[in-house]
Amino acid sequence: MSHFDSETAARARELVALYPERRSALIPLCHLAQEQDGWLRPEAMEEIASIVGVTPAEVRGTATFYDMLRTQPVGRYLVSVCTNIACLLGGAEELLEHAEHTLGVRAGGTTSDGTITLEDAECLADCDRTPCVAVNHRYVGGLTPDAFDQLVADLRAGRRDGEIPPHGTLGRVRRNGGLRVPVEQVARERAAAAEARAAREQAAREQAARAQAAEGPGAAKSQGAGA
Amino acid sequence: MPVTDAPRIVTARLVYDDSYTLERYLATGGYEGLRKALSMTPEAVSAEVDTASLLGRGGAGFPAGRKWSMLRKDPVTYLVVNGDESEPATFKDHLLMERDPHQLVEGVLIAAYALQVTEAFIYIRGEFALGLDRVTQALNEAYDYGAAGSDIFGSGFSVDVVVHPGAGAYICGEETALLESLEGKRGFPRIKPPFFPAAIGLYGQPTVVNNVETMSNLPWIVLHGGKEFAGLGEGRSAGTRLFALSGHVRRPGTYEVEMVKTTFRDLVYAPVYGGGVPGDRDVKAIIPGGVSAPWFGPERLDLPLGQDEVGNAGSMLGSGAITVMDSSTCVVRAAWRITKFFARESCGQCTPCREGSGWLERVLRRIEQGEGREDDVDLLLDVSDNISPGLQWPPQQTTICVLGPSIPSSIHSAIDMFRDELLQHVKEGRCPFD
Ligand SMILES: Cc1cc2nc3c(=O)[nH]c(=O)nc-3n(C[C@H](O)[C@H](O)[C@H](O)COP(=O)(O)O)c2cc1C
Ligand code: SF4
Ligand code: FES
Repeated sequence: MSHFDSETAARARELVALYPERRSALIPLCHLAQEQDGWLRPEAMEEIASIVGVTPAEVRGTATFYDMLRTQPVGRYLVSVCTNIACLLGGAEELLEHAEHTLGVRAGGTTSDGTITLEDAECLADCDRTPCVAVNHRYVGGLTPDAFDQLVADLRAGRRDGEIPPHGTLGRVRRNGGLRVPVEQVARERAAAAEARAAREQAAREQAARAQAAEGPGAAKSQGAGA
Repeated sequence: MPVTDAPRIVTARLVYDDSYTLERYLATGGYEGLRKALSMTPEAVSAEVDTASLLGRGGAGFPAGRKWSMLRKDPVTYLVVNGDESEPATFKDHLLMERDPHQLVEGVLIAAYALQVTEAFIYIRGEFALGLDRVTQALNEAYDYGAAGSDIFGSGFSVDVVVHPGAGAYICGEETALLESLEGKRGFPRIKPPFFPAAIGLYGQPTVVNNVETMSNLPWIVLHGGKEFAGLGEGRSAGTRLFALSGHVRRPGTYEVEMVKTTFRDLVYAPVYGGGVPGDRDVKAIIPGGVSAPWFGPERLDLPLGQDEVGNAGSMLGSGAITVMDSSTCVVRAAWRITKFFARESCGQCTPCREGSGWLERVLRRIEQGEGREDDVDLLLDVSDNISPGLQWPPQQTTICVLGPSIPSSIHSAIDMFRDELLQHVKEGRCPFD
């Protein structure tokens, strides 16, 4: 039983085909799962694990490293208020405080109706419009407290739905095809690369074994302390 | 009036609302650089880039031509473009991706040809939803136009380009962490040596990693020649460069200026750039190259914007982010917020970076909140010294990557330049700016 619907599954296959190694598709597939579900559900992580050939724990372990991949549900709108240096100089702390008051949640929390998650964000790279706010990673400009309240009202009323899709939808433009360089050529090159790598790794192992044999049992220990 | 009459190299098209479309791109000389490159040998293209003295725009400022020449020979090599832009107060690469994505794509294709790779990756910071859309769209159009994919413009050269989204982790801007991330793993920087990307990079293959702005310069360099580019700026700091100006200026924004011929003062005060400080307050300090860089006081405003000029003065141009702090700024709060950023983003592999960043953040916070202790300033210096021994510039490194040694920059600067202000927080038991 697939957790991905047929459209998502088809896109997953396209994504995997873009990379020399399947595992590279792991993060793009997590984004895809978030687009389908709004967050990264355990079932989705299991499916991704089987697609890229790792364990579900490896998918979770990787996903939890990244701020955008959410292993807990988030609101329909993730409202990020940047408080980093340029925005700090532009009044971000005051805006965040106001936002917490307006929404009735602390940064990191989600409103009780599940609509909005508020985030105290790092630099969003829009530092000339401070304090910078983004909703589901779409910039909405530097906001005054009043403009923030207006934004919240608009989001709740669905008035910004055209420009701001629900949480999880990242890029809306899809690649219009797979790799074009002839597959035989790519396959040939990749086989050569795999062979070269195996040879390199073998050489490294032999070298390490030789070094250990030459230096005796103490060698590994002193190497560990120096690393 | 700009300060010099240097041409705009990477921002020329931004005057158009439709600067990101293929139509506009083709109407303004688009893909001519690629055509020209394909008519040359790959070596000749690399030679032009070498002549240009194009210093990497991602932070370290390593010459692109030299980096390319160091690529280990192997049947399979990769090109990876760094569009992770997340150094706080840096906002120039996202502009290039959103507003002139074809220029980036053309640059990538030129580099791919010069390096003879068959697959290139553009790693874009995950939060850049619009940037991802625009670059993907441009790439789709480039394929349809025959500029990417197989047998480009009938030249026999083929390359595929893949746009890869990040997922929110500052450390993935560090090139080896980026490669780990591109391989579907946590963004843990790799130990160098042996993992220099030019030798052992993506999937263990030799890999060139270059920044988005670095790539975006290539179409112009190939079209006009490396010599023409090297004729702008001065010495090693050739050409123009994008500076993201933020903080206490009337006109924050991204400005393309000629290197060395322009000074910090020009950028902050010229009416076409920053336009001065609001309320005509005094400049208290500037951060010259992203939050990893040591600060300058106002006495350094006349320093030219050149890599070596700024390096010799004890800081760096880094990511091209210049943040101005005026006399109303509490430097303890500024240093605290920067340190909090590092504490959040440390990947946790190295003890000095992981533990040190957290300690420093907590000590700075208590000073800022008026709960600091007599010897906190010494404590800050002591912890900093454990992360970056000797607190010198360029910093000593005890960690896997340079995120760790970057942490003390702002703290050391604040103490060096404004020790009395820190002590005042402690003595008065409150922030004097509240
Ligand atoms: C912590 C850290 C973060 C970095 N972030 C970025 C980044 O966001 N974008 C970037 O291009 N380079 C970044 N770099 C520099 C890259 O490691 C690398 O030097 C650069 O991408 C090479 O491209 P260039 O030679 O064209 O500058 C970062 C380095 C470190 C240590
Ligand atoms: S210095 Fe910090 S960010 Fe860099 S590898 Fe070590 S712990 Fe990670
Ligand atoms: S510092 Fe807030 S967007 Fe960059």
